[in-house]
Amino acid sequence: MGASTALLDSPVTDTPLLELRGISKSYGSVQALTDVDFEVRAGEVMALVGDNGAGKSTLIKCVAGTHAFDGGEIYFEGRQVEIHGPKDAADLGIEVVYQDLALCDNLDVVQNMYLGREEHDWLHRLKEPPMEQRTAETMKSLAVTTIRSIRQPVATLSGGQRQSVAVARAVMWNSKLVILDEPTAALGVAQTEQVLALVRRLAEQGLAVVIISHNLHDIFETAHRITVLRLGRNVGLYERVKTTQQEVVEAITAGKPTKVSGIPMTAAAPQ
Amino acid sequence: MTTVAGPETAAQTEGTSAGLRSLLRTGIDDIRSGNLGVLPIVLALVAIVVFFSFSATNFFTATNFGNVIIQMAGTTMLAYGVVFVLLLGEIDLSISYVAGIGALTVAELQRPGSGPALSGLIAMPLAIVACALIGTAQGSIVAKIGVPSFVVTLAGFLIWQGVIVYRLEQPGSIIIQDRWINYTGSYYFSHLAGWLIAALVVGGYAVSVLSGVVSKMRAGVTVPNRPLILLKVVALAVAAFGVVAICNTAKVQGTPLGLPLAAVIIVLFLVVLTFLAKRTTFGRHVYAVGGNAEAARRAGINVPRIRILVFLISSVMAGIGGIILAANVNSVDTNFGGGTLLLDAISAAVIGGTSLFGGRGEVRNAFLGGAVIATVQNGLNTAGYNPGTIYIVTGIILLLAVTVDTVARRLQARAGR
Ligand SMILES: Nc1ncnc2c1ncn2[C@@H]1O[C@H](COP(=O)(O)OP(=O)(O)OP(=O)(O)O)[C@@H](O)[C@H]1O
Ligand SMILES: [Mg+2]
Repeated sequence: MGASTALLDSPVTDTPLLELRGISKSYGSVQALTDVDFEVRAGEVMALVGDNGAGKSTLIKCVAGTHAFDGGEIYFEGRQVEIHGPKDAADLGIEVVYQDLALCDNLDVVQNMYLGREEHDWLHRLKEPPMEQRTAETMKSLAVTTIRSIRQPVATLSGGQRQSVAVARAVMWNSKLVILDEPTAALGVAQTEQVLALVRRLAEQGLAVVIISHNLHDIFETAHRITVLRLGRNVGLYERVKTTQQEVVEAITAGKPTKVSGIPMTAAAPQ
Repeated sequence: MTTVAGPETAAQTEGTSAGLRSLLRTGIDDIRSGNLGVLPIVLALVAIVVFFSFSATNFFTATNFGNVIIQMAGTTMLAYGVVFVLLLGEIDLSISYVAGIGALTVAELQRPGSGPALSGLIAMPLAIVACALIGTAQGSIVAKIGVPSFVVTLAGFLIWQGVIVYRLEQPGSIIIQDRWINYTGSYYFSHLAGWLIAALVVGGYAVSVLSGVVSKMRAGVTVPNRPLILLKVVALAVAAFGVVAICNTAKVQGTPLGLPLAAVIIVLFLVVLTFLAKRTTFGRHVYAVGGNAEAARRAGINVPRIRILVFLISSVMAGIGGIILAANVNSVDTNFGGGTLLLDAISAAVIGGTSLFGGRGEVRNAFLGGAVIATVQNGLNTAGYNPGTIYIVTGIILLLAVTVDTVARRLQARAGR
């Protein structure tokens, strides 16, 4: 299968690109995250799984800067960093692909790719040719070939094509880490495959990728490692080649917190 | 309306005959998929002109042509602003009385005797600034506090009407004597100036189109359909010189008229606002917010700022339109801004094809819609119909236009995906 070759080819390094230590976050009286550790390396696809309400989206929003967290530390490329807003995250090279509400249907592919970051001159006149050119290059480098024209409105694209545009947009900005929150939730089989292939390609190009999904089949097809959250706590960190879907399902539904000893489960994890 | 990328395009632009064929094919594809563009409205305009030419003796004359232009100018200014508001998926019901405030302000500022007696050249900018403040205030309430625009501008509708009635209750009306203000409704260029303006418009368009093509070719991206571009330039040349030719033959009681200043104002704002909507980051963000405000916000666009600026544009265009409308009758009275002005302006934008739900529309829609409404009203007047007929016919046209557009969209939805 494609996934296993991707595993071998990927330029995975050992030092994490992003490392979260002891993240806690509460919404009023709801403790959404408790002392959560998380890491992802460049060239690696890290899956983040857990049942509904496990805290996956919350963790992502803390990294993306849309939510402030209560306690914990964030390390990016080995340095401790502060993320106070979406702009801070974008400056670090962190891009998030949201499952919904990410594109403007009435705008075309190029316009969506550059949304909010249009190239312009001092008069704020749009520079269409370079934007169109770079969009075409990005699509080509990601082997997104199913979109007939990058000048067609996003409304005319299929779900998978739209997701491809959203992912391509995240990649175009020299991003180092791309986070995808349930990127295949609304897609059919063929389109899911298309997006997963794209996700693998990102990792092959040396980016760190975090993918959230409820679909273990998808996860086992793309991820190198799998972080499991349950009730806002770490309950497991697995290497995809050394685990089974059975084991991960058990962790999701009945996993015990792994942080009691302060050390996550995998040997590969640095501490 | 999208250009087709891919190897096909390069081949299409090779020979002119192949290009023309592809042009035809794109056109047919567009129509089949429901992307009608401005075609229905242009055809409707032609039909209306033909109809009145036969049914009213004084309709198809050069002088009346100039009249239609002058009559459409004020409403079209308001409609230009409406396009931006509708692009956001909002509504501005205050424009007719904001237009009244613009007119009242210039009238007040130019008033000789007990008034300040300012020159119109000072009074007009000041009136526009006043309208800009109104727009900023209304826009801020919508964007920052989150009160629905329908309510905010309905309140504006009442408040600004109240201000006008309050101020004009006593004198009943203020006569506008300043010649600069009145020029906006009644100045005609000399014949030579008319030709020069037409040449300038066509030349400017050709240059801008050409520079666009060159920069695209230099960047090595999709070369647009060259025959289509040529066709557009030729069509514009025919239209511009045609308009001037007709206007230059107009005479009133032996005095030759010419191209009305109102025509230049209409075209100037059409060009400037189209540029703003289509070629600038601001315009792109307006479309984005109208298409999906949440996506725009996540993309880092300052959505409240865009909203406020759009309501500012709406009020400023209303103010400009109000000044022109006042100049048409050389006065402002307590009824100013009433009647069908508000609905004419919104209808003009919508008849032209601007969506009420945001994200879709163009400034030229308001231009074409404004032309249709002014032509119908002028034609029915000239033919001596009961004023009631005018409302009925305008209503039917509005309904027809939006129905055609809706059906076309449905076909498109079926063809796409
Ligand atoms: N804005 C909020 N206000 C209050 N509580 C919240 C908010 N967002 C999330 N929560 C709570 O935080 C916990 C974690 O939610 P989160 O959305 O992170 O879960 P998730 O793992 O993404 O779940 P799902 O798989 O359903 O998307 C839940 O108990 C949820 O009720
Ligand atoms: Mg979630």
